[in-house]
Amino acid sequence: MSDNKAKPDSASAPLLSVRSLSVEFGTGGGAFRAVKDVSFDVQPGRTLAVVGESGSGKSVTSLAIMRLTDYTGGRIVGGEVLFRPDGTEALNLVEASDAKLREIRGNDIAMIFQEPMTSLNPVFTIGNQIAETLTLHEGLNTRDARTRAKELLQKVRLPDAEKLLDRYPHQLSGGMRQRVMIAMALACNPKLLIADEPTTALDVTIQAQILNIVRDLQQEMGTAVIFITHDMGVVAEMADDVVVMWKGEKVEQGPVREIFAAPKHPYTRALLSAVPRLGSLTGQPLPKRTPVIVMDGGEPKQVGETHIQNTADYTKPILQVGKLTTRFDVGKTFFGRVTHRVHAVEEVSFDIYPGETLALVGESGSGKSTIGRTLQQLVEPTGGTVRFNGRDMAAMSQADRRRLRQEIQYIFQDPFASLDPRHTVGYSIAEPIIVHGLIRDRKAIDRRVQELLEQVGLQPQHAKRYPHEFSGGQRQRVCIARALASDPKLIIADESVSALDVSIQAQIVNLLMELQERRHLSYLFITHDMAVVEKISHRVAVMYLGQIVEIGTRQAVFENPQHSYTRKLLSAVPIADPERERAQTRIEGEIPSPVRPVGQEPAIHQMREVEPGHWVAIEPERLRGAA
Amino acid sequence: MAGFILKRLLQAIFVVLAVTLIVSFAVRLSGDPAIMLMGGGGNVTEEDLQNIRQALGLERPFFVQYFSFLQGIFVGDFGRSFMGGTPVSTLIAQALPSTLLLAFTSLLVSIALSVPLGVYAAVNRGRWPDQLIRILSLVGLSFPNFWLAIMMVLLFSIVLGILPPSGMEGPESFIMPALTMAIILTATNVRLVRTSMLETLSQQYIMVARSKGLADRVVLYKHALRNSAIPLVTYIGLQFGGLIGGIVIVERVFNWPGMGTLAFDAISGRDYPVLQGTITVLALFIVLINLLVDIAYGLIDPRIRTE
Repeated sequence: MSDNKAKPDSASAPLLSVRSLSVEFGTGGGAFRAVKDVSFDVQPGRTLAVVGESGSGKSVTSLAIMRLTDYTGGRIVGGEVLFRPDGTEALNLVEASDAKLREIRGNDIAMIFQEPMTSLNPVFTIGNQIAETLTLHEGLNTRDARTRAKELLQKVRLPDAEKLLDRYPHQLSGGMRQRVMIAMALACNPKLLIADEPTTALDVTIQAQILNIVRDLQQEMGTAVIFITHDMGVVAEMADDVVVMWKGEKVEQGPVREIFAAPKHPYTRALLSAVPRLGSLTGQPLPKRTPVIVMDGGEPKQVGETHIQNTADYTKPILQVGKLTTRFDVGKTFFGRVTHRVHAVEEVSFDIYPGETLALVGESGSGKSTIGRTLQQLVEPTGGTVRFNGRDMAAMSQADRRRLRQEIQYIFQDPFASLDPRHTVGYSIAEPIIVHGLIRDRKAIDRRVQELLEQVGLQPQHAKRYPHEFSGGQRQRVCIARALASDPKLIIADESVSALDVSIQAQIVNLLMELQERRHLSYLFITHDMAVVEKISHRVAVMYLGQIVEIGTRQAVFENPQHSYTRKLLSAVPIADPERERAQTRIEGEIPSPVRPVGQEPAIHQMREVEPGHWVAIEPERLRGAA
Repeated sequence: MAGFILKRLLQAIFVVLAVTLIVSFAVRLSGDPAIMLMGGGGNVTEEDLQNIRQALGLERPFFVQYFSFLQGIFVGDFGRSFMGGTPVSTLIAQALPSTLLLAFTSLLVSIALSVPLGVYAAVNRGRWPDQLIRILSLVGLSFPNFWLAIMMVLLFSIVLGILPPSGMEGPESFIMPALTMAIILTATNVRLVRTSMLETLSQQYIMVARSKGLADRVVLYKHALRNSAIPLVTYIGLQFGGLIGGIVIVERVFNWPGMGTLAFDAISGRDYPVLQGTITVLALFIVLINLLVDIAYGLIDPRIRTE
C-alpha cells in the first residue's frame, strides 16, 4: 500500500493520494484515533464519495486533507497526503509548510461545508467574501474581483447577481447561501473540491438543484470532487467511486455500481439494507416492516421480520382537523402595528383513524410542524376545529384539555435537546405518569418505567442512567418510551427519525411500527423524507405553503401523484440506485415564504377528488385550462 | 435604523429626567447645608439658619426647587455653588474635560491591551500563555482601585520618584490615574474578549475562512474579531457607569481636579447645586455612551441594522 514515491512521468497519476492516514484528537492516554490508516486515490475530474455514518471519521478525513484538522485540535499521526496539482510532482501536504498550505487552500483545493446557514461570515457582504479569495490568490484588484464574483454568482444560477454582491448572508435562504459557498469555492478554478455533506441541511428540491450545479460545474471545469455524505441516494447520483468508512477505517472501496450491486464488506451490506429506497413498496397498498441488518460487535446480524402493517381501522376517525388556520404576527411598525403575518397553516383539513399513520410531508415553511404543535396545544390556532374522539377541543374545559395532552403525545426531532440532561431517563419517563396522576404508588411507577424501557428495546436498569450515557438512537428510544408513558392514543412524531443514522433510523421506524400494532396507536408522522414516508405511512398529506395540496393513500399519492408539487418533491429525492436513469426534468425555484403583508390573504385551494379518498388541489393553470 | 435611534433618544430623555428627580431628592436627604455653611460654631441661632436657607432658596417646597433646577438645565444653568457662589456650569466646564480625558484614555488603553491579549489567549486556549493571561486578569480583578492607586503612588512617586504623586501638572501626572483605571478595566475586558473569541472561533465560517487560504492574522482580526465585538461593546457601555464611579475614587487619591473631586467635595459640603449638576451631567454622558453603543451594534452587525 505504501506507494510513497510519486511517479513523475505517469499521465494517469492520481490528483490526490491519501496514504495510510491516521488522525488523533487529544493527547497522551486519552488520545482518540478518529481516522485509522486510511488510503484512497482521487483521479482528476472524477467524483469520489466518502460514505459513512456519524463517528465514521469521514469529516475528519476531509478536513485532514487540507490540514484543517490543525485548527480543531486534531493531529495527523501517520501517513501522507500526496497532491499533484499539475499532474507530475507530488507534494506531501502532511509535511507542507503553513505558507505552502495557504497557497493551496482555496486555490488548488477548495471546500464546501455542511451548514450553509453558518458557513458564511454574517458581517461581510457576499461580494466581499467571494472577492476575498480572488484578491488573495489571483491578485485581482477590487473592481476586477467584483466583476468576477458577479460572474461566479451567475454560474451557480443565482438571479440578480449584481444586487446579491452587496447583500449579507442573513438576507439569503439556505439554498442560496450554499450556492454562494459553491461560487466561493470554485472562484480560483480548484483542481479538487471537497464537499462535506453539502446538501444535508437543505430541503430536497433545493438539494436536487445544488447537486445539479455541482455536477454541471464539475463537468465544465474538470474539477475532481470528494463528496462526503451519509446519504446513499446522493452517492448513487453523484459518485464515480466510493470509499466506505466505518469507525475510522476504510472498509470498502470501489466503483459506485460495484458497491451497490455487490457490496463485499458486511458493514456496507448492513448500510445498504437500511437505506430506505423510494419506490420499494410500489404496488403494495400497506406499509411494511422489513428486517434490518445491524452490526453487532463487528458481525452483521438481522433484526426484525417482514410484516405487513394492517393496523388501520377506518370506521370512526380518532382525530378530525377541520379548516385549521394558524398565523403568527411578525414585523411591527414604530407604533407597534403589525405589518406582516406568517401564514403557517391555512384551512387545513384531515382525519386520522385508529391504528393509522398519516404522514404530513413538506419542505421548510410548509406549516407541517405548526400543525403538530397546534394539536399538542403548544400553539393556539387562529381558526378551525380540532376534534378528538368526536369532541371539539375548543369547547373543552381546562381539565379535559389536560387529559387530551395525555392522549396526544409528541416525539421531537432532536433526542439530544428533548431530554433533561440533569435527570435520569427513568425520571423523564416517569414524569408524564406522575403529572397526569396515572399511577400513585412509587414502586408501581418504577415497574411501569422498566416495562416501557423494555418495550422500546432498552434494558430496565437503564432507568438509572443519564441521557449523555446513551447514543442518539437510544435517546430517541427513551423519548418514545416517555411518549408512551401516559398511554396515548395518538403520537405526533415531528421529524423524529430525520437526525438519525440510516441503520438506527430503520430500527426506530420498525420500532414505531411494532408499537403501533401492539398498542393500536395512531401516528401523525411529520417529515420531509419521502423514502421514510413510503415505508411507514398508510396515508399521506403533502403540504405546500401552509395548505394541503394532495392527500390520499400512500399508494395513490406515490404511484399516481397529481399535483405538480408532489411530483416535484418525488422526483427530487435522490434514489440509492446508480443504475437508474437520472430524471431529465430540471427542478428550479426557491421555496416561497409564507410571510405576507397584512391584508394580503393567500388564496385557498379548491380540492377535487381524483379517485376515492385521493384529493388534489386544483392548480391555477388547470383552472385557466378549464375556462 | 433612524426609527431605532429616535426610539432610543426618547428613552434617553426619560432616563435623564428620572436621574435628575432621584438626585434632587437624594441630596436633600444628606443633611442641612445651612449648618455646614455656618461651620457648626456655638452661637448659631435658628434665625441665622433660617436666613441662610431663605437666601439659598431651600425653604421652598421640594417640587418647586426641583422644577427651577429642571428649568435651568435647559438653558445650561445649574445654579450657583453654595460655597463661594461660582456658577455650577463654570465648575463643571473646568472639571469635565479632565475627567473625560481620563475616562476615555483609560478605556482606549484598556481596549488596546485587552483585544490582542484576549485574542492571543483564545488562540492558545489551555496552553501556558492563556493560563498566564487568565491568572493576571484574576489578579487585576482582585485589586480594589483605591489600593492599586495607592500602591502606584508608593512605587512610582515615593520609591522610584519618577512620577508626580498627585495633581495635574503635565502629561506625566496623567499616567498613574489612567493606568490604574485601565488595569482594572483590562482585567475584565480581557476575559470577555477571550470568551467571545472562543465562541466565534468555533463557528463554521472561521473554518471556511481558513479553507480559503487566508492568513491567521486575517482570519482572527478580520473575520473573527468583528463577530466577537458585540459582547465587548455592550460591556463597555455598561462599564462606563462603573468607570465614572471608579474615577471618583481614583481622582480623590491622585487629587485630580475632575468631576469626581467636584462631586466628592459637593457631598461633604452638602453643596446641592454642584452635586445635582455634576451627577446630571455624568448621567447624561452614560446615557449618551449607551446610545452610541446601540448605534455601534448596527455598524458592527448587519443583522441588527436591517431588523
